[in-house]
Amino acid sequence: MDRSVGAVPVVVPAAADPGRLGAMLVYEIVMVALAAIRANVLRAVLTTLGIVIGVAAVITMVALGEGAQQRVESQIQRMGTNVLTVRPGQQFWGGVSRGDSNMSVEDAEALRDDSNGLLTVAPETSSRLQISYLRWNANNQVVGTWPEYFDMYNHALQVGRFFNQGEVQGRRRVAVLGYNIPTQLGETPAGALVGQTIQIRGIPFEVVGVLEEKGDAAWVRPDDQIFIPVSTALFRVFGGRDRISNIYAATPTPEQLDLAYGEIDRIMRREHRIRPGEDADFNIRNSADLLATFNETNQTFTLLLAGIAGVSLLVGGIGIMNIMLVSVTERTREIGVRKALGATPRAIMFQFMVEALFLCVLGGVLGVGAGFAAADVMTRVAAWDTVVAPEAVLAALGFSAAVGLFFGIWPAHRAARLDPIDALRYE
Amino acid sequence: MNDVIIRTEELTKHYVLGAETVRAVRGVDLVVERGEFVAIMGPSGSGKSTFMNMIGCLDTPTAGRYWLNGQQVSELSEDELARVRNRAIGFVFQTFNLLPRATALHNVELPLIYAGVGARERRERAAQKLEMVGLGDRMGHKPPEMSGGQRQRVAVARALVNEPALLLADEPTGNLDSVTSEEIMHVLAQLNGEGQTIMLVTHEHDIAGYAKRQVHLRDGIIEQDFLTEAVETRA
Ligand SMILES: Nc1ncnc2c1ncn2[C@@H]1O[C@H](COP(=O)(O)OP(=O)(O)OP(=O)(O)O)[C@@H](O)[C@H]1O
Ligand SMILES: [Mg+2]
Repeated sequence: MDRSVGAVPVVVPAAADPGRLGAMLVYEIVMVALAAIRANVLRAVLTTLGIVIGVAAVITMVALGEGAQQRVESQIQRMGTNVLTVRPGQQFWGGVSRGDSNMSVEDAEALRDDSNGLLTVAPETSSRLQISYLRWNANNQVVGTWPEYFDMYNHALQVGRFFNQGEVQGRRRVAVLGYNIPTQLGETPAGALVGQTIQIRGIPFEVVGVLEEKGDAAWVRPDDQIFIPVSTALFRVFGGRDRISNIYAATPTPEQLDLAYGEIDRIMRREHRIRPGEDADFNIRNSADLLATFNETNQTFTLLLAGIAGVSLLVGGIGIMNIMLVSVTERTREIGVRKALGATPRAIMFQFMVEALFLCVLGGVLGVGAGFAAADVMTRVAAWDTVVAPEAVLAALGFSAAVGLFFGIWPAHRAARLDPIDALRYE
Repeated sequence: MNDVIIRTEELTKHYVLGAETVRAVRGVDLVVERGEFVAIMGPSGSGKSTFMNMIGCLDTPTAGRYWLNGQQVSELSEDELARVRNRAIGFVFQTFNLLPRATALHNVELPLIYAGVGARERRERAAQKLEMVGLGDRMGHKPPEMSGGQRQRVAVARALVNEPALLLADEPTGNLDSVTSEEIMHVLAQLNGEGQTIMLVTHEHDIAGYAKRQVHLRDGIIEQDFLTEAVETRA
């Protein structure tokens, strides 16, 4: 320091932390940033459109995935966690898959009779067939099975009765209708249908009962199904096939599933003459397996869709960066004035960061609203289950804020680094 | 009189434009004491604005040294420089440089915002300065709704609101007619009478006549530096 001016007190007392912004200043700068957005509302809204669409897309896609998953879960809960499904497994001979089912009603009978009362069993075979009643026609899934099926799936009767074991043995032409069938057959009241004759593939059947509403499951709609004895189905309707597609076996409690698993394996191998150690030509699954399989596929799809939606968020972020660069350029003189009056680089940086962040969060909030609306429309119009998870909302908002921070940094940094005199001279 | 506020040694500014180098300021030695009213004069392109911008810490010299209130400016960090511009210096520009969308009051409040002054005190101090320059009834007006003279008075109020040690004005009357110019100069003269150190750039002799000292620049160096009659008669 020059001694000739040494006696003069220094103008600038060293602040404790000269770079830090005080709370008051933070508030003022936020107000300035918001005023800048208010000054050009239309541009702000157009700028955030990319973010709005991105966030809305993410939320809708995740809501669809979540909705499908919850529906399947609840269906499997309803079906019961104590049910095992036996399906024909693939057999390979010379590398060629033998596609046809190799399970018969005898297998189901063996499981029922030889498991010492451990298993309640119901076979299933189904086909989509023409149904008619008087002058009305419909096309529905006809399921051939045993009376145990109704109990296993917790079906309840609206009117009439289920068919019984005697009717199965007698291959009787009796039918139990799903909840929606009376409506499909000319809005006929369920009560009026019981005792009437309907045609299944032209064959007359007596309606003995109509079921309560069950709601949709993920892959079946029991309300649209018609249930007839499996023997009748195989020998009178489906045309001489004696192969069935599934056997359901339930245990009294879920704890006995492991035991049941072994029993089924033993009996099925015996029936199919498969030696121990040899590959089985059937497989046994429980509800959890089915759920896991479904969830895996569902998650893959959800991730894929959300990923695509995420890309649009990224594009939205680039739009924000673009408009922020424009904003910085437009306001170069303003930045110069602020710097000449004592704004620190940090204060300028903060001002533009707040602006970018606010634009993105605004877009995020609008996007969440749009996402809720889109999910609602999908549920109403397409009847898809959607569940807007709070995690998805938070993640989408957080991500859009991160987009704002990330894409706001560069323009804000440019503004902060401007030389005061260059900024003031800017035309 | 040993109260030095500005001291420059060989202050130099070169602009490099491609192959050509413009020597805007070529080594200026100047000492200004507290309470002085200095007019920087000289023909167009002589380096007056360049010199003032360096004194106002808006621009950085290519070479030479500059002490403001005993503090060597080149040693200050970016944040400290912002603090100097905020607290120690009030700058009045030829083109006003007000924020067009903000009211007169808000424009005057700006330096106080960056000084961290609370809202109530800020409003009071800004209003008081606007009244001092005769704009007590125009506080809610925005610059586009005001005349040139009024805008420049807002700028003067803004420059003074943080009670700076040094008031700098680069051709403050350059965009004003002679009557309005006189009004502004009266304000400055009155401030100087109250002890405010002022340095102003002008190339008009009547404007410079308000100052107590004239420094003439030519081609980036001091050609003349003398006290004016106004001071001599008063002395
Ligand atoms: N940013 C710049 N880049 C290059 N040259 C510059 C720049 N600013 C000023 N100059 C040059 O520096 C010299 C001095 O300019 P300055 O603005 O200081 O002059 P002045 O004395 O203020 O003139 P006037 O009275 O016209 O305002 C001029 O030759 C000018 O062309
Ligand atoms: Mg000039």
